Amino acid sequence: MSIIETRDLVRDFKKTRAVDRMTFSVEPGESVGYIGANGAGKSTTIKMLTGILKPTSGHVRTCDLDPMRERIGVARRVGVVFGQRSQLWWDLPLRDSFAILAAIHSLGEKEARSRTDVLVEQLEMGPQLATPVRSLSLGQRMRAEIAAALLHSPDLLILDEPTIGLDVLSKQRLREFLVAERRERGTTLLLTTHDMGDIERLCDRVLVVDHGRLAFDGSLTGLAATVGAQRVLVIDLAQPTPDLDDIPRTRLLGSESDGLRQRLAFDSEATTAAAVLAQVSARHEVRDLTIEEPDIEDVVRRIYAASGRA
Amino acid sequence: MADARVPLSQRLRPYRVLLASRARAQMQYRASFVTDILGTVGVGLAEFAEVWVIFHNVELLGGLDFKAALLVFALSNLAFSLADMFVGHLDQLPVYIRAGQVDAFYVRPLPLLAQLMTSELSMRRIGRLSVAVVALVVALTTGAVAWSPATVVLIVLTVVSGTAIFAALFTAAGGLQFFLVDGSEFTNSFTYGGQYAAQQSQQVFPGPLRIFWTFVVPTAFVAYVPAVAILDLPGDSLAPPWLAWCTPLAALLAWGIAGLCWRLGTRHYQGAGG
Amino acid sequence: MLVRAGFRRHSTYRLALLAGMTTNSVFGFIRASILLAALTSANAAIGGYDKPTTIAFVWWGQALLGTVNLWGFSEVKDRVRSGDIAVDFLRPINPQLAYLAGDLGRAAINLLGRGLPALLLGALLFDMAWPPSAASWVVGAVSVALAVVVAFSGNFVINLLAFWLVEIRGITLLWMITGGLLCGLYLPVPWFPDWLRTIAQWSPFPSMLQNPIDILAGRVVGADIASAVAVQLFWATLLIVLGQVVLRAGRRRLEVQGG
Repeated sequence: MSIIETRDLVRDFKKTRAVDRMTFSVEPGESVGYIGANGAGKSTTIKMLTGILKPTSGHVRTCDLDPMRERIGVARRVGVVFGQRSQLWWDLPLRDSFAILAAIHSLGEKEARSRTDVLVEQLEMGPQLATPVRSLSLGQRMRAEIAAALLHSPDLLILDEPTIGLDVLSKQRLREFLVAERRERGTTLLLTTHDMGDIERLCDRVLVVDHGRLAFDGSLTGLAATVGAQRVLVIDLAQPTPDLDDIPRTRLLGSESDGLRQRLAFDSEATTAAAVLAQVSARHEVRDLTIEEPDIEDVVRRIYAASGRA
Repeated sequence: MADARVPLSQRLRPYRVLLASRARAQMQYRASFVTDILGTVGVGLAEFAEVWVIFHNVELLGGLDFKAALLVFALSNLAFSLADMFVGHLDQLPVYIRAGQVDAFYVRPLPLLAQLMTSELSMRRIGRLSVAVVALVVALTTGAVAWSPATVVLIVLTVVSGTAIFAALFTAAGGLQFFLVDGSEFTNSFTYGGQYAAQQSQQVFPGPLRIFWTFVVPTAFVAYVPAVAILDLPGDSLAPPWLAWCTPLAALLAWGIAGLCWRLGTRHYQGAGG
Repeated sequence: MLVRAGFRRHSTYRLALLAGMTTNSVFGFIRASILLAALTSANAAIGGYDKPTTIAFVWWGQALLGTVNLWGFSEVKDRVRSGDIAVDFLRPINPQLAYLAGDLGRAAINLLGRGLPALLLGALLFDMAWPPSAASWVVGAVSVALAVVVAFSGNFVINLLAFWLVEIRGITLLWMITGGLLCGLYLPVPWFPDWLRTIAQWSPFPSMLQNPIDILAGRVVGADIASAVAVQLFWATLLIVLGQVVLRAGRRRLEVQGG
């Protein structure tokens, strides 16, 4: 049984076709990135998966249920986080939101407590439990939203722009948590994002949607191969260093301040950031490093261009 | 859907928790809560002043003297403030839609309408409610009530059905607002307008209007029709004393229409995408 | 310019205007029914209002309800709260006049889009008294404009209290409820018992509705028209001046706090 299954799914709004003959399925335990330009049809698809919107035609099943006819059944097995919209109770302490959601999902007292405790601990939300939701920082609120969506232990977690606006550290913590959640509970993940980092850390499969149509469906490596997107390792060195133009499977993009900072492009398929770093630090003292991810807009643009040619 | 073996109290628990949380939220700001309650007391008093000023000028209005009119005022205000307290926010639907709250309701395993109803509890309406209760007590103790067990039953039935009628009007308003959005004020004409009409002797209305408030938007049943029976008045062809016992039927009719409006509204939302 | 901008901003909400007109009309029907029943019961005019003038009272009241901002606004309060009011001080035009201009635009569109249709409906279905003379029409129009100014200026002062008070909701509520009762929206002020009428007459509220309606319905004619408008003029001046004083004090407070 697939967790998500769509066949020739179509959704029209007045004159425009938001989703156009979309066919794909997601198996239990998969983690799927769903990307595309704004207005490409991502939100519309999610709304059809969760029973908010009625498809114009075609077939959709979520957790083997018809979302329109069995919306409540779907809601029991799916957790959804709408990035820009809160599902928490803004005027009450965070703790209350969890208690209310537990009641909404008819969790038993013991079950509710243990699940809340686990989520709060893993997401490090303990200190915020007594804080009214409206006073939480964006990062804290996002973690709370995700905990709220996972409280009823859904089979499928749908995240709409979960990391938008977050600082690097908050993003990092969120991704680590989601990886752990998948590992421990086998939760299926479907996420839309504008952040290539999200896709790289969290997804083993990518769907690219363009004007409501599926432009790409495949692995992340396949995506990279298609668009040839490269990551860039920026290395700060302790001393001025000659150009590092001989590191295997990398390409030197540039060198600044007499070689104190050098930028090396590499292909995720060919090597890893760790391998590149190891090779550099074997020869020179490395002070600091950052990784620049390929811009997702850029990736999407290239996919669109590629599918346009096809 | 709902498992019949699960006891009712268990099935109602989510709503109890939701309502309790709303009550808690309002208690947090004690000062503004008290201000708001005083505000609704003021609204109730202003409504009463309107009735009182008219009777300062005339002995009878629409066949009722002041004490009888007070009973009609009290019954309609009681029912309206109860309905307003529990489901008055339903006519704020466009606000919920814009905040994304409706979509959040869709991804929770409870019926949409039940979630919307329990998403707010306007405790400040207690102010207006208490004005209505005082008016009711005064009207019943000083008025020429034909007391009997049947009268008591009728009064209770009236308050319950009257509240149900106004709740149905708010629900219908919510359903229609899925279509109206920018024109949501339109529904005020039969929610707040219905309340305004309900607190009058129906005899003040010309024929067509009276038929409208009796059979289309049945707010005549909220107060005037029962009051005729409670005070043992002769009534007239559109409000014979026995009609008072049909108040629950009027509530059912109102809920039939409300249910229809709500269904159409949600279908429209899912069809058009809000 | 600003009046026109306010006009344009509100005219985009055509559906909202239609909805408002419908609601106003329903309330008009109910109120007309009640007041006519009262006149039938009294078998005479009450407080100078006979049946046709009472009908005029009801429908002019419904027509002007959206025009005169009886229920107040919170825009200025919000700007004081957020500190955005400082931006208004930087503009070359006095903030009070700028907001007043916007409110006049809003009033005009509401009068046309929402008021006139309600008035026509009332005139069509009821036996309604029209202004008895050209003077009543002209002075009536001036009186409506003054009513808009009085209602705006009163609310403007209330909004500015946010400079000093953390929460002005109580005052706003009190203003709205007392105003609603005393302005002559529900019942004509001349119907009030003596003591309540006295209170009303010493307040600015009848200047927001009762006075123009008295003139347009023809209850007040001749020399009394002049005194009705004079009272409005008095309140308009007083409240505008008060608004300027409060605004200046608020500005000083802002500068002292460096807000």
